[in-house]
Amino acid sequence: MNKWKNIKEKIFSSNELVAYIFMLPFLVCFLFFTVIPVFSSLGLSLTYFNVMEAPRWIGLENYMKLFLDDSLFVRALANTLVLSVVTGPVGFILCFSMAWIMNEFSPKVRAVLTLMLYVPSLGGAAGIWTIIFSGDRYGLLNSFLLSLELIDEPLQWLTDSTYMMGTAIAVILWGSLGTSFLSFVAGFQNMDTKLYEAAAIDGIRNRWQELWYITLPAMKPQMLFGAVMSITTSFGIGDVITGLFGYPTTDYALHTLVHHLSDYGGMRFEMGYASAIATILFAIMIIANEVVQKLLQKLGN
Amino acid sequence: MRKKEKSGVTLNRSTAGTAAMAIFIVCYAAVMVLPLILMISNSLKPLNELWIFPPKLLPTNPTLKNFKDMFIVMSNSTIPFTRYLMNTVVITVAGTVGNVIISSLCAYPLSKMKFKGRSIVFKTIVLALMFNGSVTAIPSYLVMTKLHLVDNLLAIILPAVSTPVGLYLMKQFMDSSIPDALLEAASIDGASQIQLFTTIVMPNVKPAWMTLILLSVQGLWNTGSSTLIFSENNKSFAYAIQQIGSAGISRAGVAAAASVVMMSVPVIVFVISQSQVLQTMATSGMKD
Repeated sequence: MNKWKNIKEKIFSSNELVAYIFMLPFLVCFLFFTVIPVFSSLGLSLTYFNVMEAPRWIGLENYMKLFLDDSLFVRALANTLVLSVVTGPVGFILCFSMAWIMNEFSPKVRAVLTLMLYVPSLGGAAGIWTIIFSGDRYGLLNSFLLSLELIDEPLQWLTDSTYMMGTAIAVILWGSLGTSFLSFVAGFQNMDTKLYEAAAIDGIRNRWQELWYITLPAMKPQMLFGAVMSITTSFGIGDVITGLFGYPTTDYALHTLVHHLSDYGGMRFEMGYASAIATILFAIMIIANEVVQKLLQKLGN
Repeated sequence: MRKKEKSGVTLNRSTAGTAAMAIFIVCYAAVMVLPLILMISNSLKPLNELWIFPPKLLPTNPTLKNFKDMFIVMSNSTIPFTRYLMNTVVITVAGTVGNVIISSLCAYPLSKMKFKGRSIVFKTIVLALMFNGSVTAIPSYLVMTKLHLVDNLLAIILPAVSTPVGLYLMKQFMDSSIPDALLEAASIDGASQIQLFTTIVMPNVKPAWMTLILLSVQGLWNTGSSTLIFSENNKSFAYAIQQIGSAGISRAGVAAAASVVMMSVPVIVFVISQSQVLQTMATSGMKD
């Protein structure tokens, strides 16, 4: 008994060991479900692997096939880039500007507005959009536009590739005021108002100058975090599109990397090929994040 | 906690500007909620009102029939809907509780202790914020197969308890909400690290718990079909609801009712936790 107590004391008096024990449960889960998957994805992307047989080394063949032989991949890559280049920055700016505008109002009004703007990002409302964008005259948007005589016949928002990208972007932006938005709202709420008072004395004349010289630099940490959230989400777009347009979309007009990935990984069990797609998506996300972090760091310097 | 009172100094802001901003944000918020109102309104419309031309924003004869039908449809399926609901409740509760406890345990040393590897662990977590689950989905499936967790609810729960964003927010909040002096004083009085954690750290990071609860519930409650779960017995509520919706226009009202039910849970959690979530988010910033 005494011996056990001694051992126990020894262990818990060493802070370093305690730290590792505290972190252990998280790090084990993180290792199994994030770290190992990332590295095995890198490794498997260089093999042919169909789950039944052992992976066979084929070098860069998967990557060559993706870029040279798989036009659907190229389209998925293009769609993903277009979607994220539009919804990422626009979503980010929406989050920031809505939080900025809201900050002018009393805490109660702000709380209600936060709720109204944040709720769409909770997900689960894709069903209503299929009714709004329904392609017949009963579709809410079609019937509205018809009654205003802006269009002569119902438009196929969900199946005509001319409109599909626009429809998708609208719905994605509708749900884009999520975690980064909350981060900005909180950031503004906690800004030191003395900064503004000092600035007013120093000759800041209007709210634009205030925004540029004081708010933006003070909000930089929040913006760095918000940018990461927006970028990561925007490159991972896939489920929203499936919920709205079904899978596959007409003529693969909205086929994204996430779709291509789950097509090969989840349906065809070509794990090596799917891993190559995952690795490319991973690289794009990390590079985009690092570049944007560097750019935002420069802001206001 | 970190709130600062607005003082009386008038700032150089034009009234016209404030008015313009007020009008703009009210219109924007209205557009944002419109689809949600339509969803609620559709869930209350009898079938003959759902497909009239031109469509009406509000139901003329509101009814709860869609909600009743939803339960009838669900209880007529081969697997009783309570089974789907139970699966989702188990996933959500276990994942959320696990996430709060495991993330707090991990965040405490990262925030307050000195040990080798601290900065590399934190840097890895920040790096992990930069990609999402879609990237690791395929190899995760292989890992789950190796661990014999496929078709087990743990396959959904375990990855959900170790989210980088949860750990990150928890650690940032601990950094600024727990004074080092407080921990030092208690530790001089003879408190062990476990006592420090349970009596000082945990009670002080309640806002961050609420934030992790919100994020976890939001993610887990909406868990739909997954390649990791194949037997019907283990499928989720969101999956069951999706099946109703896909039955076509005759079920449009029921589908709307189902969406309302699905959305209400995260919305309620957000309403309850909003002010505490905002306290946490105030510390979410990334330092250079």
